[in-house]
Amino acid sequence: MPVTPVEIEALFRAEYGRSVAALTRFLGDIDAAEEAVQDAFVVALGQWPSARLPPNPGGWMTTARRRAIDRIRRDSKRRERQREAAALDDPDPPAEEVGPVKDDRLRLIFTCCHPALDQPAQVALMLRLLGGLQTAEIARAFLVPEATMAQRLVRAKRKIKVARIPYRVPSEAELPGRLAGVLATIYLIFTEGHTATSGDGLIRHNLCDESIRLARLLTELMPDEPECLGLLALLLLTHSRRVTRVAADGSLVLLPDQDRSRWDRPLIVEGQDLVRRCLRRNVAGAYQIQAAINAVHSAAPTAGDTDWSQIVALYDQLSALAPTPVVALNRAVALAEVDGAATGLAALDEIDLADYYPLHAARADLLRRLGRLDEAAVRLCPNPTERHFLESRRSVVANARASHSE
Amino acid sequence: MPQYLLAVHMVDGQPTPSEDEMQQMYKQVDAFNAELQSDGSWVFAGGLEPATTATVVRTEGGKVTTTDGPFAETKEHLGGFWIIEAADLDAALAMAERGSRACGGPVEVRPFQQLPEA
Repeated sequence: MPVTPVEIEALFRAEYGRSVAALTRFLGDIDAAEEAVQDAFVVALGQWPSARLPPNPGGWMTTARRRAIDRIRRDSKRRERQREAAALDDPDPPAEEVGPVKDDRLRLIFTCCHPALDQPAQVALMLRLLGGLQTAEIARAFLVPEATMAQRLVRAKRKIKVARIPYRVPSEAELPGRLAGVLATIYLIFTEGHTATSGDGLIRHNLCDESIRLARLLTELMPDEPECLGLLALLLLTHSRRVTRVAADGSLVLLPDQDRSRWDRPLIVEGQDLVRRCLRRNVAGAYQIQAAINAVHSAAPTAGDTDWSQIVALYDQLSALAPTPVVALNRAVALAEVDGAATGLAALDEIDLADYYPLHAARADLLRRLGRLDEAAVRLCPNPTERHFLESRRSVVANARASHSE
Repeated sequence: MPQYLLAVHMVDGQPTPSEDEMQQMYKQVDAFNAELQSDGSWVFAGGLEPATTATVVRTEGGKVTTTDGPFAETKEHLGGFWIIEAADLDAALAMAERGSRACGGPVEVRPFQQLPEA
């Protein structure tokens, strides 16, 4: 059956990261690698519709390499460049490196997430080079003009080249810090997709799907790193609730009010299985704990069945590892479920977070539960759906106050 | 091998270190310089006199003008620098970290432009 351009394009995107990663090691330059891969794609589009898919689709890498060699010869008359080309045109390419790193994509991931690059640059590079997304798609997902995103990518690749960010997996000593950066970037992509901070529509699915793909890839490449498993579990469990998180009118639906029958079961099963694997390994980490908290929620058939004591215990562990005001807030909310609104409120009062709307929303909610309506207050937030939700809560408080005063 | 500038920036208005602190810093920097020299990374380095001792020469429009004071009217001024050789940015950053600990301030790492090949 002849192959369609759509199938070729899907294949191309799936193979993009692997091909760019390998060619970057080969050619020593990301731009050259991308050009070669895109060139090969054009060739493939020309040849394949009339033929079957080759048994090894990644085999069009050879085409990519050959065209890269041709380009090097064509573009430059310098003697050194020709020597380079001669070295590349080796009918027996050097054997794959033996050792812990066999997959060039890991090198590419650590390069894209190098701390010398700012986070917007890291995000753009990951989505482009490993996700195979077009610049225009990434620009749309982050609601910036295409020219801005293109410039961001150009600048980042130029920095990699000119400052000589090395193409390698960090050493044992550097790995924990560097891996934390990779996980943070993937998590940022997910968060951006899950809770849009601008534009209408609460969830941008393509970013969620991409970040899950990247998290999966990372667990394949680093199966012995529990925080990689933890991140994937966290993303899957969070994403399992996507359908129930936003109502038909676009308003936000809180966890206790979500229709659990519409949660994505296969994602939950996979997420919980990953959490169990992490528990067996017993090496604590922030993503693993957050995943475990989500797993506890996912295990409750109704909101009322939630094992809040377990959640408080997990937040206690998380506070020890990552003592941030946000963690303290979430712990206080869980504590209120176990020990009552007054205890939760006392815990909230110890937190110093001036403009964080969920803190004010949580405080307002606990005050409402304690009947202290006059003190409930709401702050604006950037997301229109969440702003609408908070304003509707404020009107609930106002209505309650109105009915009390009658 | 590629060369990088490791530049130490001073910020006006920061408390002046004590004599003891200064001596400690000089010792640390000397030790760091010795390490750079012994492992072959050293190209050049030096501390600069304060920005108030600077003079700017301009030759715009064919005229020469000489001005007292640093070029930039900013709170930050170059305090000193190392020029080192390093194979890649990670190696340069590792040296910058040691330099930053030695002198107690932030260090900016900038690659030199590669000279065109002959």
